Amino acid sequence: MSKRITIDPITRIEGHLRIDVEVDNGKVTKAWSSGQMWRGVELILLGRDPRDAWAITQRICGVCTTVHAITSVRAVENALGLEVPINAQFIRNMIASAHALHDHIVHFYHLSALDFVDVVSALKADPDATSKLAESLSDWGMNSRHIMAQTKEKLATFVGSGQLGPFANGYWGHPAMKLTPEVNLLAVTHYLQALEAQRHASKIVTILGSKSPHIQNLAVGGVSNPIATDSQSVLTVERLLAVKEHIDALSEFVRKVYLPDVAAIGAFYADWTQYGKGITNYISSPEFPTDSKGTQFMVPGGHIPDADLSKYKPFTTFGDSYLRDGVEESVKHAWYTYSKPGALHPYVGETTPHYTDFQDEGKYSWLKAPTFYGKRAQVGPLANVLCGLAAGHQPTATYATQMLNTVSSLLGSKVGPEILHSTIGRHAARAIRAGVMAEVLGQNWSMLLENIGKGDHTTFNKPTFPKGEVMGFGMHEAPRGLLSHWTVIKDGKIANYQCVVPSTWNAGPRDENDEIGPYEASLMDNPIADPEQPLEVLRTVHSFDPCLACAVHVHDDEKREIVQVKAL
Amino acid sequence: MRVVVLGVGNILMSDEGIGVHAVTALEQAYCLPDSVEIIDGGTSGMDCLDRIAEADLLLIADCMRSPGKQPGDISRIADAEINAWFKTKISPHQVGLSDVLAACCFHGISPKKVVLVGVQPASFETSMQLTPQVAAVLPQVIAKLVAELTDFGITVSPKAA
Repeated sequence: MSKRITIDPITRIEGHLRIDVEVDNGKVTKAWSSGQMWRGVELILLGRDPRDAWAITQRICGVCTTVHAITSVRAVENALGLEVPINAQFIRNMIASAHALHDHIVHFYHLSALDFVDVVSALKADPDATSKLAESLSDWGMNSRHIMAQTKEKLATFVGSGQLGPFANGYWGHPAMKLTPEVNLLAVTHYLQALEAQRHASKIVTILGSKSPHIQNLAVGGVSNPIATDSQSVLTVERLLAVKEHIDALSEFVRKVYLPDVAAIGAFYADWTQYGKGITNYISSPEFPTDSKGTQFMVPGGHIPDADLSKYKPFTTFGDSYLRDGVEESVKHAWYTYSKPGALHPYVGETTPHYTDFQDEGKYSWLKAPTFYGKRAQVGPLANVLCGLAAGHQPTATYATQMLNTVSSLLGSKVGPEILHSTIGRHAARAIRAGVMAEVLGQNWSMLLENIGKGDHTTFNKPTFPKGEVMGFGMHEAPRGLLSHWTVIKDGKIANYQCVVPSTWNAGPRDENDEIGPYEASLMDNPIADPEQPLEVLRTVHSFDPCLACAVHVHDDEKREIVQVKAL
Repeated sequence: MRVVVLGVGNILMSDEGIGVHAVTALEQAYCLPDSVEIIDGGTSGMDCLDRIAEADLLLIADCMRSPGKQPGDISRIADAEINAWFKTKISPHQVGLSDVLAACCFHGISPKKVVLVGVQPASFETSMQLTPQVAAVLPQVIAKLVAELTDFGITVSPKAA
């Protein structure tokens, strides 16, 4: 007898993502991923000045502000064929990599670790043993017995106060929780230290972006940061030196805390390398351009069909035609209508809402279903890391090897990159990518200083908009994966604008051929120990770092449970 | 003395953005001392942790749905009421404001006083404009924020026209 479970919302963003699964004999047999909120930002942009689009699109989401801003200016620049001064590329690259580090760290420690870490169990830990364990994993300077004992004390007070805050909706004592009290205490200690670490990333974005959370320094054609070596009001060497201190602190945290923690927690949950594979057709954007045209990149990206790294095909430039020509979106199962049958390319994409009820076999989501040459594709750090491995990208290979070696030695048996195609593998890939991001951030800092040292202070090329119609798209490897903005500009005004966001790729509903999407596919066969507490579903969906752009932010003083789990 | 005035909300969703509109208008219309920082927080959370931490007063402007209220009605909750509300209601936002406040609490760096001025929304339609009902009370919301600052001993004066 099968049982239907509905979880709404599955993230802690109200009204965004609903997941329904059917469970038969303790395993998921059917799944539906549904975006519960209409994102009509495309319509707001029609008729506007393309130079303003980035400032508007960065309001789509509170988590992904800068990534929409960067992708938007790239889309307009691509439409105009406009080159970007390399100083501006370096500054954008630093903002993007610092933002990615912020996102990856916050996602792991503050959002998804709680699916694996039993906070209450940490109260039973021995601080001495915890410290010894931590010191066996890395030489991080904040793993002492004293610090572990302090965390335990803090936690006891906090739990005693009854105000659990971010820990309130955890599944404490769930049979699927497997860490020892010591590993749990270690994770809680690093949760607190991660709050400090993410502040370094925020500071970098704030200094370079002039303001946060919404950066102010972008412009179509470059950045608006004037560079001067002697002025107070602009980007000075002194400010850049402050940025370097934050970069170093952040990099140390990633290498000595984040990477070893993911390896350790992952090794305890080795069974989760067997679940969550889902769609193994991967796409990812090359990122961190080092030339003005966007033809040379520090981290590769491209397409890997059917998990076969030998068939990797790179995307080589901004505006890459293999990427451009492969993308379509279907609304057969989404709450929209198109004026013609079939899926549509984003340049001719339409945003006409058509709400029905939640129909298992019909329409059930506000997300469209994107495809790449007719097939579903998974995006995200896993796709990015696999492309890096396929392309022989050295930093990716280094951090991946390190991660897999640590896991192998903790497990006492050798594991290879094949374990990455899984729920826990997506977490591992995110940490590997964070290692790469830390290097990219430091290198862009050095390249910027070196170029300024040569006397090049240029940060902006003025755009000119032709009469008639031009079109272009911007691509970016955002923390959640490949993000693209597509725009048609007519007589200097926006005539069409479509955002194809990472969570649309991963969380989209069934497509034109009724094929399930990556979230849905990854849930298949997941074990469900207790339908009233479907922790396993959360683990798999959270491993994608779900963020369905647009963040409702309403204070609601009705006293009701926020997460509704219905097991029918 | 350090005061943070934080406007939160999504300005692409009409009344959802009232908090941001209010603090932006406050900054434009009033002279504020250096001890007061205005933040357009949008829908972000953790990015604001640094500045919220250990503030003497955190004054939040947001939209707030309350049963039985009319669009444009203004509510105020503070300190213990906010904590009580967090107990029953976990964050509606991904590492949203309530998570940041809880993280501050866990860390022992909570703002000393927290006041939330909330406005009942009429609509969350996709639009960069407030609805007429909510736009009409914007001056009152700003006046309320000014009154809160004045009560806290901050000198606030209108900018010369």
